[in-house]
Amino acid sequence: MKRILLIASLLILSSMSLAQFRVAAVMPSATNDLAFSQSMFDALSTIQAEMGADNFEFVFVDGTFIVDDAAAAIRDWAAEGYDLVIAHGSQYGSSLEEIAPDFPDVSFAWGTAGNTFGLDNVYAYEAASDEGGYVLGVLAAALSKSGTIGVVGPIEVGDAKLYVDGFKAGVIAQNEAAQVNVNYIGSFSDVALATEAAKTHVSAGADALTGSAQMVVGAVGVAQKAGVLWFGTQANQTELAADIVVANQVYDWTVVLKPIIANIQSGQLGGEAYTINLENKGLLIEYNDFFGVSDEVKALADAAIAGIIAGDISPLGE
Amino acid sequence: MLSQLLDITVITGILASMIRLATPYIYAAIGETFGQKSGVLNLGVDGVMLISAFTSYYIVLQTGNLFLAMLVTIIIGAIMGLLMALISVTLHAEQGISGIGIFLFGLGLSDLLFQKLVGTAKPITGFQDIAIPVLSKIPILGEVLFKHSLLVYGAYILIPIAWFVLNKTTFGLNIRAVGENPAAADSLGVNVALVRYKTLIIGGILSAIAGASLSIALLNVFQQNLTNGLGFIAVALVYFGAWRPFYVLLGSLIFSFVNALQVWIQVLGIPIPSDIAVMMPYVLTLLVLVISAGKTRAPTALTKPYERNE
Amino acid sequence: MNKKFIDSLFNAFLPIIAVLLALLIGAVILLLIGANPIQAYGALINGAFGNKHALANTIVKATPLLLVGLGIAIAFRSGVINIGGEGQMILGALSATIFGLAFPNGPAIIIVPLALIMGFIGGAFWGGIPGYLKAKFNVNEILSTIMMNAIAVQLMNFLLRGVLIDKNQMGAALIPQTPRLNRAYDLPRLVPTRLHLGAAIAIGLAILVYILLWRTSLGYRIRAVGLNAFASRYAGISIDRTFILSMMLSGAFCGLAGAIQIYGLNHRMVTDGTAVGFTGSAGFNGIVAALFGQLHPIGIIPSSFFFGALLVGAGKLQRVSQVPAALITTLNGLIVIFVVSSEIWRKRRARKRAIEQAVVKKASPDIIENEAR
Repeated sequence: MKRILLIASLLILSSMSLAQFRVAAVMPSATNDLAFSQSMFDALSTIQAEMGADNFEFVFVDGTFIVDDAAAAIRDWAAEGYDLVIAHGSQYGSSLEEIAPDFPDVSFAWGTAGNTFGLDNVYAYEAASDEGGYVLGVLAAALSKSGTIGVVGPIEVGDAKLYVDGFKAGVIAQNEAAQVNVNYIGSFSDVALATEAAKTHVSAGADALTGSAQMVVGAVGVAQKAGVLWFGTQANQTELAADIVVANQVYDWTVVLKPIIANIQSGQLGGEAYTINLENKGLLIEYNDFFGVSDEVKALADAAIAGIIAGDISPLGE
Repeated sequence: MLSQLLDITVITGILASMIRLATPYIYAAIGETFGQKSGVLNLGVDGVMLISAFTSYYIVLQTGNLFLAMLVTIIIGAIMGLLMALISVTLHAEQGISGIGIFLFGLGLSDLLFQKLVGTAKPITGFQDIAIPVLSKIPILGEVLFKHSLLVYGAYILIPIAWFVLNKTTFGLNIRAVGENPAAADSLGVNVALVRYKTLIIGGILSAIAGASLSIALLNVFQQNLTNGLGFIAVALVYFGAWRPFYVLLGSLIFSFVNALQVWIQVLGIPIPSDIAVMMPYVLTLLVLVISAGKTRAPTALTKPYERNE
Repeated sequence: MNKKFIDSLFNAFLPIIAVLLALLIGAVILLLIGANPIQAYGALINGAFGNKHALANTIVKATPLLLVGLGIAIAFRSGVINIGGEGQMILGALSATIFGLAFPNGPAIIIVPLALIMGFIGGAFWGGIPGYLKAKFNVNEILSTIMMNAIAVQLMNFLLRGVLIDKNQMGAALIPQTPRLNRAYDLPRLVPTRLHLGAAIAIGLAILVYILLWRTSLGYRIRAVGLNAFASRYAGISIDRTFILSMMLSGAFCGLAGAIQIYGLNHRMVTDGTAVGFTGSAGFNGIVAALFGQLHPIGIIPSSFFFGALLVGAGKLQRVSQVPAALITTLNGLIVIFVVSSEIWRKRRARKRAIEQAVVKKASPDIIENEAR
């Protein structure tokens, strides 16, 4: 009798753990970077809150800038039988391409990228950050009085370049005479240089600033002190300077993660590439209510959003 | 397009940037100069900077009290200097490695504390810029030199003081003696270990102020790895200056000038690839040294632990 | 004989005791942030040695540390402090990658060795510059190698987002990476794990470096200059040439480490804008491994294995205990501090032994001093 009970309870336990969806994620920077890594961490937390901790468990390692270490983590989790292993950094792609074929029963996702390597257990996801960049550019041009706008970027490639190029296009679309000054500081972590770059933009006459990646935290402070406008991206940066942050482009990865999870639960482990954009609301323009953008200016942004969604505007001008 | 660089706003901007950017390098490099003059190479500067940058930031975030933050910064710096001295002087550890150990410890601990105690970056109100009356009204020069925060002024006041201490005091004489020939100094009754403890504590305090100058004066924020290897550049600048405070200042200024210049070059849209622009301060600092190659020589006992023969 | 055995036992256990003390402090930190230290350290050991994959990962991690360590040892032996390993690794990797991409369809048996040699040369070039600047312009190598590291990173970024970028990428944002190298060029795996031929190459080279330093006249010159540059000059050794040569050799081994990372593991270069993303700080950790290995090529084998195990195990600890990466860095620093501080007891013991032996031999006190060093 006791034995039967034991077996029964074991069965129940094992079926419970089967029902729980288990995700593991590796990220390059800290989960509190107010930028790229945080956007994924927040999305996983949101899904966990919605599904309940009993049904959705996630583990992660942050600060894994060493590609080789990320590969070890990915392989380890795959071997432990996680339902979904997320490699949240485009530099991890090569490792994933090698590992994924060894674990055909495990689903993998990586980004930001568009390539599933032709593997049917790999998902890819990326952000059309040029779209939000364009909208913020329109806003910046509409609100700027000096017509000079400054941009602080990390290295001139990837998601950051996409955003900056979109932003520039948006500014020019709104005000052809506007001047966009761009500075790439050559690093994702040099807060001191990013801050000095922001000061330089202000000296050069900029009255609106934006910047991509986690090293902009000091630049926002510069904007605050100089009383110039700030436009954020990747995560909501309003709390850094509530007086001058006008709006943020916020990445909502749940838009990508939810269909991926649903697919996996119905047996499709990969083979699709997703993009978050304005249309599917994976990219959101979040205004700072405290700053209070006028309806007139908001209408310009809304028109840009509508134009992009309808396909009338292509931010990179293709 | 290059003519844009000759614009008065641009020149003023570059020079003011230079003064600000150089500040943490000056503190850290002068601190390192004291240690090296007495014969101890400390590669852990960056770690000390990070710990003090975090603690001073945290205190300002919690209390808003800049005085308290500076006090704690100095105490933390002294403790870290003491730790380095204990390892390198008393325990005779290989100085290259002990410094890397302290760097890693500081890098990790500051980030860990930041994540556990603060979470995400929050701005603070640090040292405000103080325009010095009359002087700040001088065209160009006023903007460049006399509109900075207390910690920026402090760095430049430190240089002559350090020069004086190293060259004109008995303590300075002892430091040089211990760095050149510890056995001889010892035989003349100089306590070698004590002198090295003192220089490393001074070095620790100055590195700590360098860290604070970032988090509570120049940037007013903290983030993981805030210094981004700045402490290592500071060590390099000690070699640039060949252990002479005014030349260390010169090195810091040249490096920062080119850095400010490359930022402006990009902002003005002068078509140079961004990576190449970012590379410029490192290349030019090296080139300047090659051109001005002199017959400088490191303190003879640098990196060598001293043990009495009894 | 018996005493010698106790000595070597003592020497082996001293760093272990030091590591245990560091881990003890780490345990306090773990408790403070609400993690279970026993579970955490169990994961560390399991992650480094738990199964064949773990062991393979440890050796794979140790491989660049060993190669860099060999380079560092050569430089330090000649009295040059090379902290440019990071930049030299990058240049080695770039050279080897460019070579492999330039000859995409050659026979692997020819291309791969040549590519590794290109890595060797690339590193030698990048290490040779500080050597030359030191010899000809009296530019201190600590300064120049720190600067050269920063320059190498920007050069890598410039190339990887420019001429070398993989043009066949899907998606809107281009990843700053080269195309993948021909699969035929992958270094062979030794067992069905990630363990690749690079580890064997590194161990073979450790023996070669030992022979170089102690059995050749070049090695003799390098060590002589390191021990006493002044005296060497009188012995007719060109100090300048030795500095340049040892820095070139030092850089060459770091460059080879970079090339082997590419051909053994990554099979393409990709940048996140930093050196560490590619090197994993091996350029710095290799210094630590070299000095713990007493700057002796054979001694660096176990010391790099130890650090490889520590780094790999720490990764597992991070995953199992769900602690931030920052904790691992802190722990790493503590271990380095404790191990390096414990060295004094080993040195003291060696000194005591030397004195005892000298007393037996009735030798003069000068020899005691020399033997103790």
